[in-house]
Amino acid sequence: MSSHEHAAPLDKRFFTTGVKILIALMITGLGFGLYRMIFGLGSVTNLTDQYPWGLWIGVDVASGVALAAGGFTSAFLAHIFHREHYHAIVRPALLTAMLGYTFVGIGLMFDLGRWYNIWHPALPMMWQGNSVLFEVGMCVMVYVSVLYFEFIPIVTERFMGRVNLPGILSLLNEPIDATLRVIDTVSGKIMFLFVIAGVVLSCLHQSSLGTLMVIAPYKMHPLYWSLLSPLFFLFSAIAVGYPMVIFESIIASKSFGREPEMHILTPLAKFTPYLLGVYIALKIGDMIYRGSYVYLLEGSIQSWMFWFEFGLLTVVPFLMFLSSRVRQSAGWLFTAAIMYVVGVLVNRATVFFVAYQPPFAEKAYFPAIGEFALTIGLVSTLMLVYRAIVTIFPVLPAPEEEC
Amino acid sequence: MGIDRRDFLKRLAGIGGVALLGKGAEAYAGQPLGGFPDHLGVLVDTTLCVGCRSCEKACNEINQDLPRRPQESFQDMSVFEGRRRMSAGSYTVVNRYPDPKDSERPFYSKFQCMHCLDPGCVSACIVGALTKDPSGAVRYDAWKCIGCRYCMAACPFQVPAYEYHNALTPQVRKCTFCFEARTSKGEMPACVEACPMEVMTFGKRRELITIAKSRIKKYPDRYVRHIYGEHEVGGTGWLYLSGLPFEDIDFPKLGNTSVPSYTEPIQHAIFKHWIPPLTWFGVLGLLMWFMKPVENKTEPRSDEEGPEK
Ligand code: SF4
Ligand code: SF4
Ligand code: SF4
Repeated sequence: MSSHEHAAPLDKRFFTTGVKILIALMITGLGFGLYRMIFGLGSVTNLTDQYPWGLWIGVDVASGVALAAGGFTSAFLAHIFHREHYHAIVRPALLTAMLGYTFVGIGLMFDLGRWYNIWHPALPMMWQGNSVLFEVGMCVMVYVSVLYFEFIPIVTERFMGRVNLPGILSLLNEPIDATLRVIDTVSGKIMFLFVIAGVVLSCLHQSSLGTLMVIAPYKMHPLYWSLLSPLFFLFSAIAVGYPMVIFESIIASKSFGREPEMHILTPLAKFTPYLLGVYIALKIGDMIYRGSYVYLLEGSIQSWMFWFEFGLLTVVPFLMFLSSRVRQSAGWLFTAAIMYVVGVLVNRATVFFVAYQPPFAEKAYFPAIGEFALTIGLVSTLMLVYRAIVTIFPVLPAPEEEC
Repeated sequence: MGIDRRDFLKRLAGIGGVALLGKGAEAYAGQPLGGFPDHLGVLVDTTLCVGCRSCEKACNEINQDLPRRPQESFQDMSVFEGRRRMSAGSYTVVNRYPDPKDSERPFYSKFQCMHCLDPGCVSACIVGALTKDPSGAVRYDAWKCIGCRYCMAACPFQVPAYEYHNALTPQVRKCTFCFEARTSKGEMPACVEACPMEVMTFGKRRELITIAKSRIKKYPDRYVRHIYGEHEVGGTGWLYLSGLPFEDIDFPKLGNTSVPSYTEPIQHAIFKHWIPPLTWFGVLGLLMWFMKPVENKTEPRSDEEGPEK
């Protein structure tokens, strides 16, 4: 975990037009969030006794976790497989994962009826090993801590040798600096344990998210209920890791006025067809084995969603990633990446509240304005915090000319 | 169907504590789940029901924490024009279903939590706020609950309701089997007692099945030949007899496999004595070690594609 000389704090103005729009979205979303906290879930959401889970679980939580998979997949590549070439993507991906999971937690606080009990699953007296959700919850809690630990070297690097407190506090400069150095050395020595743990924990909870709805065999649409669902969730999360990194990296380059880092992204994109291929093969194999393909043409909303998220937003980007021309062009690569990123998001949303068909539903669930607003607000807040952190800490690769 | 999963052990142990519990727990855990030998239940003979709603009223009265409703509201028979479901304010509802053979005399059916033998809600609950009492009741402890509503997604009968408009202390709401006030003391649930037509019989589930079978045998024209709840989702504490096919009186068509028997084996396989996660950890560790570059070779293998100029 050494070769980070190439990362540097971003040297750009913070308050741009984009940032102002994000702030506006954040305030709107948090307004709805506050309203929900005061008047209850029913005042903001379209959730009912028939549809207990909606946009906030399907998107903020389930998609949030899936799209943070860039963190463990890039750590796997750079640290476990030692592909040093990719070190430049590890820090941004780590930051995205760290913030992503943090916001999964924040989003969950708005969705939980008794949010102040969110820590209950950590109490041994309430452990419930049969519950899929318990496992997801525990793994996510531990994994967030691992991610924060992995971020430590970035903080120490920022401040080591630069501790410069004013006035009387300057007496503390030396000891603080020494402490930082100790933390840096120690965390560097044991970091490999955390990196491995991060990958293990990710595999566990990414797949268990897919086990959640397996408990509703009589409610789920047959296109979306399979005992292999945990594997679908795991492999689609692994597959979306690099597209998500590519998507973010190109956006970051654009918004910070730099050239896209194609010398890293192009080779990185080469892994995607394999990973995505595994997912697609599993999914199609399962469909043939279970005979669920008979539902493909039934014309229900679930079958249309399947065509949309699997056909258009999974298989098509897969074919695009196969082409070396796509991989070499920033524009095409970005298109393919964003298609699959959205594909995963739509897949998760479909599983949690479209394929879920309660037997006595009065009307289908569609998210309310307030649910959209909070989700968008949280994503905006995440982007603002991301921008603030890359301005302060050495996360993004330093611009070419400085190297 | 003999379901002998080692539920109690797992429930007690949580993840990883299995070894600590030792042999005694193993022995208890070996008991088949279907073998709550004294599981209490209620047999509902819907052919006897006249739709007076006394059971709904009794339920509302005994559950002190439900919103109190005026007596007269339970005499309003216009509710039968629509179909109702249980809600955060009512643990049981009666619905009306026309009899195609006799338009004068419709059927009625009361519905509430089925108190499943292997309940989806209990298996799903992240903190063990829902528990299965050996006497049969599926109980809820609001103090533990975090309000995730996974229990609602897991219930095959779509029973638990939620207090969506309570901002601070919302609860999951479902029939309690009058556990605290009555059935734990051996008394029958309030609705059973209130019914003027003796639609419901309270007793040991095993005996109720015998009664149900003999009724079907004695009056084959009166009933469809099916005891709903005997096998559905692994068996339920509440059992139903009907004169109409059960699908026509809003009973979901379910298989005989309990819903936790789909998820729990997956869960337990992944965490079997922590072996799979630790193995994965070890494999990755070895990989990390062996992949360590010997010389300082930093070029990626897949870089034959340069970025386009
Ligand atoms: S009917 Fe639903 S709520 Fe009642 S015990 Fe069964 S799973 Fe739980
Ligand atoms: S809502 Fe409460 S009772 Fe239901 S699963 Fe969540 S914690 Fe358990
Ligand atoms: S009290 Fe008895 S007869 Fe009256 S509605 Fe309830 S079950 Fe039917």
